[in-house]
Amino acid sequence: MPADRPDGISRRDFLTVTGALTGAGLLAGKSSAEDGAKGKGPAGLGPEAVGYTLRVNGEDRAVSAEPRATLLDVLRNSLDLTGAKSACDRGECGACTVIVEGRSVYACMMLALQARGKEIRTVEGLSRGDTLHPVQAAFIEHDGYQCGFCTPGQVMSTVALLEKTPSPSPEGIRAGLCGNICRCAAYSGIFEAAAAAAKAK
Amino acid sequence: MGKRTIRVGYAGNYREVEVNTPDAEPAPWDANSKLAVVGKRLPRLEGKDKVTGRAKYTADVKLEGMLIARVLRSPYARATVKSIDLEKARKMPGVKAVIEVDREVRFHGAPVAAVAAETEAQAEDALAAITVEWSVGAHVVDLEEARKPDAPRVQGGKNPNERGNEAQDTATEDACRKALDASHSTIDLTFRTPVVTHSCLESHGSVVRWEADGSLTVWDSTQAVFAVRDGVARAFQLKAEQVRVLKEHMGGGFGSKLGMSQHTVMAAKLAREAKAPVKLLLTRKEEHLAGGNRPSSVQRIRAGADKDGKLTCLWLESHGTGGVAGGAWCAGPLASLYACPTRRIWHADVMTNAGAAAAFRAPGHVQGMFALESAIDELAGKLNLDPIEFRKRNDANTLRHSEYGEGAQIAGWEKRAQLRGSAGPGKARGLGVAASIWGGGGGPGPQVRCVISRDGSVEVQCGTQDLGTGTRTILAQVAAEELGLTVNQVRVKLGDTALPFSTGSGGSMTAPSVTPAVRSAAAAALARVIEAVKGSIPGCEATDFAARGGKLESKTAGVSLGWAEACAKISGANVSEQATRSANYQGFRDGTAGCQFAEVEVDLETGHVQVLRIVAVHDCGLVVNPMLAESQICGGIIQGLSYALLEQRVLDNATGRMMNANLSDYRIAGPKEIPDIRVVLFDVANGRTNTGVMGIGEPSIIPTPGAIANAVSHALGKRVTDLPITPDKVLAALGKK
Ligand code: FES
Ligand code: FES
Repeated sequence: MPADRPDGISRRDFLTVTGALTGAGLLAGKSSAEDGAKGKGPAGLGPEAVGYTLRVNGEDRAVSAEPRATLLDVLRNSLDLTGAKSACDRGECGACTVIVEGRSVYACMMLALQARGKEIRTVEGLSRGDTLHPVQAAFIEHDGYQCGFCTPGQVMSTVALLEKTPSPSPEGIRAGLCGNICRCAAYSGIFEAAAAAAKAK
Repeated sequence: MGKRTIRVGYAGNYREVEVNTPDAEPAPWDANSKLAVVGKRLPRLEGKDKVTGRAKYTADVKLEGMLIARVLRSPYARATVKSIDLEKARKMPGVKAVIEVDREVRFHGAPVAAVAAETEAQAEDALAAITVEWSVGAHVVDLEEARKPDAPRVQGGKNPNERGNEAQDTATEDACRKALDASHSTIDLTFRTPVVTHSCLESHGSVVRWEADGSLTVWDSTQAVFAVRDGVARAFQLKAEQVRVLKEHMGGGFGSKLGMSQHTVMAAKLAREAKAPVKLLLTRKEEHLAGGNRPSSVQRIRAGADKDGKLTCLWLESHGTGGVAGGAWCAGPLASLYACPTRRIWHADVMTNAGAAAAFRAPGHVQGMFALESAIDELAGKLNLDPIEFRKRNDANTLRHSEYGEGAQIAGWEKRAQLRGSAGPGKARGLGVAASIWGGGGGPGPQVRCVISRDGSVEVQCGTQDLGTGTRTILAQVAAEELGLTVNQVRVKLGDTALPFSTGSGGSMTAPSVTPAVRSAAAAALARVIEAVKGSIPGCEATDFAARGGKLESKTAGVSLGWAEACAKISGANVSEQATRSANYQGFRDGTAGCQFAEVEVDLETGHVQVLRIVAVHDCGLVVNPMLAESQICGGIIQGLSYALLEQRVLDNATGRMMNANLSDYRIAGPKEIPDIRVVLFDVANGRTNTGVMGIGEPSIIPTPGAIANAVSHALGKRVTDLPITPDKVLAALGKK
């Protein structure tokens, strides 16, 4: 089996399976997509679980999951990182937001296999021991939540926003967070928290 | 019972009243009380857990050997299962249990069967392997179609699909016609509101585990742990104490989670069959179809006023649908807000083949207030009266008069006439107002235990719920106040039926119902600490012991002990006192008032409405934590805005299916829709309990849609009578379509 990954899964294996599920358009690596289309080589992965590693919050974590598992599934169910929530499972609410390679993404819209070799950050990795990340502290101080179910996603979106745009305008904050729904509608507090965290940095 | 004189009322309107209070209760907090911890803007106790992802919701519960369940739901709005084959599903990988649920389905999304498997994906695969032979029946989902005599019968029985047709309060039709004929000005308008879904971010869901002794443990995303306990016990013929229901955190509860839901029973049956714990969470689609909703309404309002601007007649004819179950009554505001000599209310609930309604933040009042306050503005227009002036002439509650005054000033009401044209070309601005009215005084029932340990730690225990409202924090504040401590010295345990009984968290009842019992329990436990301290001082007869600033002090006894020192005198591990919420006293007045002002900008080319600003003036008795009260109010306002401008369940008449059962086609207000919000908490010493706290969750959503609709009408010079006020309706009102 030609392995292009240390964990022994070739990109071709991965594409044979995921291409059918998501459309190869989602995936980078055009030459591999062509290889897969030839239908040669080993049969696609799955449906059984396969083993691989993900780099989450600075640690390599061994994962065993079906190839069709989303990053959200794997974080929540295999890695016990239940901070990111599932509220729509189709990219409409932002409850599952995590940061991959510095960008906020909906973890429900990414296959876990797609995240191999990438730097994944979740809400669990934000604080250093007992010291909260400034965004977390600001959410508490400005009451940027009610039930808290959307909060991990809101916090991660805010972190990603401020890393890219350290001093966003009020409109910039709204635009940056417009992928995150809060049904309790704690928006006033969320916007204030984002603005305060930007200042605190 | 003892008589006590307390000072109640609000600025410019205070008075002394005598109240009868149970002897065991501490003296009620009133206008003269000086409080140290209560009234402070303190962050939530569970804040750290929520921002770090540590807070555990039902969805996050993971148990040894736990299975994941999924539900097969009807694709038809009305059908009978002729046959169902579950055998293939049973043999699928990972599947441990399969149950049949129902053979008669009356709405798209009604449960038919359920499976539990080792993973969610396996459970989904198993659902796909179930084959059903259907006999599809005739359905009706359209409100007006359902009223026709030959409409398909939703529940069998009488036709049209109406029940609960009733007139109330109540002048005859003839009397109304006479009153209208004699009026100086009249209006006759029909308002329509859609069905909307709660869309709590955390869907309904349970984790169920059967214990070795035949008892059940249930983790549920619920607003009422005890109601779920009792429902589950009934469903499985268990004693209530054989069921334990837990809910530490929940992802939103706006009324649809006030009782036991079917998913919990399904999960428990699957768990019994599989002999393993089962987690069953509704998907977003299921949540829309079967998780409850706010019923629709069609409200015809005929109203009249005399030349002095006094209402002569209010006549409401309404009907609406709560699907296969649930009433659509929406007459509350029209029945109660304004004084009027001739009033008639007639209402019908119409059954349709759609998911059942459930209580939804101020049930009925949101629909009703939108229509009433729209009608009042129209009538004010006919009379050439300022909308606020007209309201005041017919509103006996002078507290709300003061609130109008304060709100009008902040909202810039006196410049309202100039506002319209101030938006620049192609745009128009408008300013509108609407009133709120709600109960919110709470009631008896909840029990609270306060445990003070020898090491000085304090725990408040109550089987109530924190829905994100801040219950945990305000209970700690009340106990801390009573014990002279800081809020961090108090731990609050809730959301568990193993704790003392409490009522469900709905009706804006939790804060006013539970806080008085917290005070009573804390005071009783403190009395035991004082006893212990006195017992340690030979011959001590002092009666002036008081807890304040972290100390227990008595001048007469010459004692000043730190809290920990005082608690060290407790003999045994702790003192533990339980108190029960007593009935409300007479006090100041029942119910909350409130009003809101909305400023909008309408794009006259596209019909888009942007709410620029909301000024919200509300009273809710003693405010334990202004920051949390403001959050509640902002939440209500934005949900009201979302209802006024965006949300609607869309059903396809031909198939009876919901066409927008997701979170992109079912639009909910997000960051771009959020206006500038100014909240004014109007100080009222209520004096109806020992804390004088009242609820604010619901009053805050009631006026918003009406205020926005009135602002849009002000901007356009034309009224949109149907919610949501989408661009097409705005353009139609402008004659552009
Ligand atoms: S759960 Fe991923 S966007 Fe909603
Ligand atoms: S805090 Fe409840 S959904 Fe945002």
